[in-house]
Amino acid sequence: MPIDPKKHEMPTQDPSVRAHNFSEVALGYTAEVAVEEAKRCLACKNSPCVSGCPVNVDIPGFIAKMKEGDFEAAYAVIRKTSSLPAVCGRVCPQETQCESKCTLGIRFEPVGIGRLERFAADHHNSRVSERFNPPDFNGRRVAIVGSGPSGLTCAGDLARHGFKVTVFEALHLAGGVLVYGIPEFRLPKSIVAREVETLKELGVDIETNVVIGRTLTVDELFEMGYEAVFIGSGAGLPNFMNIPGEGLKGVYSANEFLTRSNLMKAYLDHSATPIMKGGAVCVVGGGNVAMDAARTALRLGADKVFIVYRRSMEELPARREEVEHAIEEGVDFRLLNNPVEILGYTNPDDPRDPKNGFVKGVRIIKMQLGEPDASGRRSPVPIEGSEYVLDADTVIMAIGTSPNPLIKSTTAGLEVNRKGGIIVGEDGLSSRENVYAGGDAVTGAATVISAMGAGKRAAKAIMEKLLK
Amino acid sequence: MFRILHRRELNDTVTELSIHAPLVARKAKPGQFIILRVNEEGERIPLTVAGVDRDEGSVKIIFQVVGATTELLNRKREGDLIPDFVGPLGIPTHTEGINKVLIVGGGVGCAIALPVAEEFKRLGAEVTSVIGFRSKELLILEDEFRACSDRLAVMTDDGSYGRHGNVTVPLKEMLEAGERFDRIIAIGPLVMMKFVVLAAKPYGVPVTVSMNPIMIDGTGMCGGCRVTLVKDGKRVTKFACVDGPDFDGYEIDFDEAISRGRMYRDFERRAHEETCNLLKKAEV
Repeated sequence: MPIDPKKHEMPTQDPSVRAHNFSEVALGYTAEVAVEEAKRCLACKNSPCVSGCPVNVDIPGFIAKMKEGDFEAAYAVIRKTSSLPAVCGRVCPQETQCESKCTLGIRFEPVGIGRLERFAADHHNSRVSERFNPPDFNGRRVAIVGSGPSGLTCAGDLARHGFKVTVFEALHLAGGVLVYGIPEFRLPKSIVAREVETLKELGVDIETNVVIGRTLTVDELFEMGYEAVFIGSGAGLPNFMNIPGEGLKGVYSANEFLTRSNLMKAYLDHSATPIMKGGAVCVVGGGNVAMDAARTALRLGADKVFIVYRRSMEELPARREEVEHAIEEGVDFRLLNNPVEILGYTNPDDPRDPKNGFVKGVRIIKMQLGEPDASGRRSPVPIEGSEYVLDADTVIMAIGTSPNPLIKSTTAGLEVNRKGGIIVGEDGLSSRENVYAGGDAVTGAATVISAMGAGKRAAKAIMEKLLK
Repeated sequence: MFRILHRRELNDTVTELSIHAPLVARKAKPGQFIILRVNEEGERIPLTVAGVDRDEGSVKIIFQVVGATTELLNRKREGDLIPDFVGPLGIPTHTEGINKVLIVGGGVGCAIALPVAEEFKRLGAEVTSVIGFRSKELLILEDEFRACSDRLAVMTDDGSYGRHGNVTVPLKEMLEAGERFDRIIAIGPLVMMKFVVLAAKPYGVPVTVSMNPIMIDGTGMCGGCRVTLVKDGKRVTKFACVDGPDFDGYEIDFDEAISRGRMYRDFERRAHEETCNLLKKAEV
């Protein structure tokens, strides 16, 4: 039978419908389609796909089980190396990772590895499955700071090897960016909760409402008997452009906007959390976070949503699928555009006008691409005289973050780089003995899967160190 | 879960709670704050630490009923539990090298000013306190301030108690009379802090103000609590949750902070009314 040159399409909610609800956009394969898609895998000898996976999932191994229709066995294969399969199947940028290396992809579309992973995980999670029994305690205790993707991955790997792991989370809910950042329509929170439950079954303790650097310090964790500490405290404080008008009412960081909607549930009717809804929304930035903010604003009832990004579509860093979905849903991409000022409303006749001090628009300058900069991307240069005003009621800045200073400032001897990221070696070891770090706390804003990869490498290093 | 150990009503709308939170109590210092949630669906609200009892492992908070969440919190009784209580957050009030201090508290801000005054007293500084309220009914913590202050002025806007006028009246008198302080620490409504700064400026007395902006996570993630400082003519964004809540009063852009503080005023008023109506219905 000839190989289908195209991936089986992922069924999705109709764009005109989903733009107004928070239910998941992608609906997932059926069992039949999953088996058919698995059969596209050539089972090539050197399996280059695995090298494209930051957590080295045995991709041909799980796909072989999928071909047989043994989804539970496929899940078990993924689970051996990944703590969060249902999450990765949804949010990984497969097009630049596993699928980019797929042999089939040389001539045709690569195997839909992410979609298959998602199916295997969802299939497992939808059934009442056996609880994982915690392995025998090996006598070693490890503390994890932060319950985001890197922390949960590190915790899962260690717990599977008999370590007693405690995860300290500053917020009231475990999951980190998976619960405060990535919206429900892209990653349902019930899925995150389920993955966290699975880790608890493995014996991982999760302590919410503990801020390391404040409630407890890294040194106190050692005094408490933890023998190693992994810091996966995440990206930290949002960046702003430092242009006039960022202090106006209606200007958000993407972190705040998304936290209000996701973690604090402002998207639900009768939520106790206020958020600006409706009107015209201008999102500044071109990453996944910008896409999430734009699509959330749309679902909250915005009349019009713009993505303002200073480079072109080619350089836009967001995951392809999210960009396509955003376009389908009606987000207006203003590429090679850059804000220079946010304009506010002032009623000269009435200083008590309630609209005073709210955003009314953004002054934008058009850009063109010049020479490549240090990052290798062609740097955008303003086009003189091209300024125009975009009417907007809300502006959301999604232009990255800078690491949180709390842990650095309370942990003597922990070295950070110029940008504030914790300096670590290949294995995640920091400048402090037995203190490891990974994820955005090290790299600055990056992806879920790269954070998971870092958590995994650190777990391996911790095991080697403590079991030596 | 965190248990409420003691409850005390300071006036009709201001309540003090002691909450069992040993890890927070062990660390909390004057000037720091906590974040709590009243129920599983609730918002996260920041409240400044009003005192700690390390033996009991409790943290004292004092709050005024202003919105839906504080309304619900005010209905909690001794023995009740709240799901989330995290801290201590923020940087403690700077006390080193200050031997003569003027503490200015306004309204419920006095609850935050008190532990700061007590800390200075404990460290042996000369403490002058000026506390101000709209009227006698809103007066809180007078005895406590008297106990830790070498001098105390109580002001009411309407003259119904103490001296008539706002807190800047005695402040200006003292400064005009040539009295100097190593530092003024002002804690209260933004407008009050702004005017304390303006009053102190001609005399060059340093002023610390305690900012209490809108906050969500409170741990350095969301950026909602940003304030703008003006340093050497340059505007700089800082975050009250990790860089504050104390800032140099001369640098704060108060007008922006006042404006941003009103962003959700309508929403909050509505939410408070709805909560009150719901609770009334439940009581009938």
